[in-house]
Amino acid sequence: MNYFVIGYYALLIGGSCLAAYFKKREIFLVLFSLTLASFVMGIVGGQDALWAVTIAAGLLALAGGTAYAFREFLVIVSGAQTAKVLRTAPLTASFGMFVIFTYAVLGIFAPAIAPFGESDVISQAFAPPDEVMLLGADQLGRDMFSRLVYGARNTVGLALVATALAFVIGVLLGMVAAVKGGWFDQFMGRVIDVVMSIPGLIFALLLLSIFGTNLVILVIIIGLIYAPRVFRLTRAVAGNVVVMDYIEAAGLRGEGMWYLIRKEILPNSTAPLIAEFGLEFCFVFLLVAGLSFLGLGVQPPTADWGSMVRENATLISFGEITPLIPAAAIALLTVSVNFVVDWMLFRSSGLKE
Amino acid sequence: MANDRKVLLKIEGLRIEGYADEKWVEIVHGVDLTLHRGEVLGLIGESGAGKSTIGLAAMGFARDGCRISGGSVEFDGMELTTTPEADRRVLRGSRVAYVAQSAAASFNPAHKLIDQHTEAPVHYRIRKRMESQEDAMELYERLRLPNPREIGFRYPHQVSGGQLQRAMTAMAMACRPDLIIFDEPTTALDVTTQIEVLAAIRDIVDQFNTAAIYITHDLAVVAQMADLIKVLLKGDEVEEADTRTMLESPREDYTKTLWAVRSFQRPQKSRPDGDAIPIVSVDRIDASYGATRVLEDVSFDVHAGMTVAVVGESGSGKSTAARCITGLLPPAKGRILFAGEELPASFRARSKDQLRQAQMIYQMADTALNPKVRISDIIGRPAEFYGGLKGVALKNRVDELLDLIELDPSKFYSRYPPELSGGQKQRIGIARALAAEPSFIICDEVTSALDQLVAEGILRLLDRLQNELNLAYMFITHDLATVRSIADEVVVMKQGRVVEQGPKDVMFTPPHHPYTDLLLSSVPEMDPNWLNTVLEERGVDNIGEAART
Repeated sequence: MNYFVIGYYALLIGGSCLAAYFKKREIFLVLFSLTLASFVMGIVGGQDALWAVTIAAGLLALAGGTAYAFREFLVIVSGAQTAKVLRTAPLTASFGMFVIFTYAVLGIFAPAIAPFGESDVISQAFAPPDEVMLLGADQLGRDMFSRLVYGARNTVGLALVATALAFVIGVLLGMVAAVKGGWFDQFMGRVIDVVMSIPGLIFALLLLSIFGTNLVILVIIIGLIYAPRVFRLTRAVAGNVVVMDYIEAAGLRGEGMWYLIRKEILPNSTAPLIAEFGLEFCFVFLLVAGLSFLGLGVQPPTADWGSMVRENATLISFGEITPLIPAAAIALLTVSVNFVVDWMLFRSSGLKE
Repeated sequence: MANDRKVLLKIEGLRIEGYADEKWVEIVHGVDLTLHRGEVLGLIGESGAGKSTIGLAAMGFARDGCRISGGSVEFDGMELTTTPEADRRVLRGSRVAYVAQSAAASFNPAHKLIDQHTEAPVHYRIRKRMESQEDAMELYERLRLPNPREIGFRYPHQVSGGQLQRAMTAMAMACRPDLIIFDEPTTALDVTTQIEVLAAIRDIVDQFNTAAIYITHDLAVVAQMADLIKVLLKGDEVEEADTRTMLESPREDYTKTLWAVRSFQRPQKSRPDGDAIPIVSVDRIDASYGATRVLEDVSFDVHAGMTVAVVGESGSGKSTAARCITGLLPPAKGRILFAGEELPASFRARSKDQLRQAQMIYQMADTALNPKVRISDIIGRPAEFYGGLKGVALKNRVDELLDLIELDPSKFYSRYPPELSGGQKQRIGIARALAAEPSFIICDEVTSALDQLVAEGILRLLDRLQNELNLAYMFITHDLATVRSIADEVVVMKQGRVVEQGPKDVMFTPPHHPYTDLLLSSVPEMDPNWLNTVLEERGVDNIGEAART
């Protein structure tokens, strides 16, 4: 027994007692079951296991604190209307927003933040981390950290453009189908069914090996593959709006289709579409990373998280975590976007737990 | 009717709060209420008066986002505000029942009526399933439902609205409760159906000596049903008295205004002499949805500056006639003439000017106004679209229109529809129609979703606009009180045909067509004996048939 272990248990038990005294049932349950679990872990894993728990709890608290502070920050800087909405955001959502914000800053200011260029060879292969190279070097001796920062720009930027393209195509066709109805609606529906029946990744691989792998083609192909999902959602959402009396009134006024879509339907469908944008972005992002991992996505020497995982994959067998860092970057962004989207979906649909 | 004067329900100083904009706001401010066994209390007031909230509180229940914040609710010696939820729930199923406004929305569409009926008594072990089914059939018979032994085995969508409402009343009776709360049970029904439901409810409440709280905004209905009437306004009690006293000599000014609403009537105009060309002329049209024929040989004329009311039950084709005129549903046969010129059947083929001339005002202002568009754009768009107005000229026109509908331009110019009350929304709907500078406006049940005071305001506004702008109205409604107040000519429709038409004074004086007669005699009157009189005239037993033929 040393001071750390004694302090550890004292803190947990004291916390549990306080929670019980103030009738905070959930907090008490969490703290006290953690205490009980720690007895077992302490015996099995020794002091190290308790350290791990402490660090994990510390990280969680840090993330929570950051999320809370970031939400307060957003509330203060934004206008009254937005602030009211933001105040309802749960901590997970504001944590997600914080991560997205960080990634955006990294991506936009990549050349200023990264200490080296994305394809500068500066040391020998697989050099371990030091003061200059925070995360070590990759298989060609390039700085991992710099490549990670540039990767944010390339991978996220690419996914964003591809998702935007998918949305432009999907929303436009979906709206037209909902407004026009009849044979156009039927025709589009069947075409979309056919496209959707082909598995996305395989379809992408097929098209990429036919048309070659440059960035423009990559974006167009991914946009086309993901447009059908957007089409379906838009068609359903717009279908509910089209039957409203105000659409009938606008139609009777003699308004054209473009006016109906732009002024009457689109403002009433934005909430689900924005949420869907976040969700689709995650899928597209993973697809881009997956294609790069397979060698058909972003081509070297451009930094990209998917290909960074592949290039450094050999290190796994030596017990190094370097290849997992870009993978973790991918995971963190996807989870964060989903946190924000969950909150938006909750708001737009009024879903209860 | 109150045989034994034992107090069943005693509410004292009831306060209820609702959660809005992140704070609790009091919506019921200390209401007292005493109900004896077998007594029927009518709660009346405009929407937002707290009628339904008080009705639910009588079961010890508060809706999501509401809470009972003070006062006591004592049901048969049991204090409901302090009783645990589990006990209150038992009470609600077995001793207090609730009949909602929309039976169609309250029944589960996936189960047969009788299965839903037997659920509560079987659950509370009051009766076995078989006994309960027998009991249901007996109740159906008492409520004069057709085929009482078979109707229970149908699904909710297989019976009509009036029958569904009666099945719901039977269901409320299933456990023989001490108290039933009726929340606007006939508001969604046609007048001819309403009369059957009212009679059925009144009889069954009488037979079982059940106490009831009857919530409605229709004074004439409550006059038939209730022993006592309590008038509410914005969560406060205005006054309470027994029905006769209340009808004959209301004390408070607010109550008097409620009574006076029905007195609005404008002088009837008659057609211009000679052979003036009507502004809209419907010439022998037939129309159908798919294979279902909905209009047959319908003809009527609307002259400039006059109001033609088209009346009939739901399903009579009055709205379809409007859809034919606007061109949404091209008629299969016949012509629509506008100022003597034939209009293309579909609105897509009509010119911008033809579209401009005929405008429409909708029943549900909520769905008729785009919630995401500013008032200034909603009203401004037709002026911009047809008149080509821009910039300052457009803004002035919108201000002028807002003035015309008696809304302050500086307040409403840049607001959104969801920020407005029901009556204000309907006014915006009118302004949008006026912005096109039409000569003919179709008003589709424009007042039926509104409170009586608000509705009267809208009717007066429409009347004023008609005089100022020489508009012709086609007024679709099922409410004959509205017809009385503003129509010049009346067209009665039934099952897609015009039954009778003519000037209002002629139509409202006998002899009538039998169907017109049925419609007219079904409109509730303030006289508390009205229902008895009507039932006697028709012969109580065949009231069902009377409504159907």
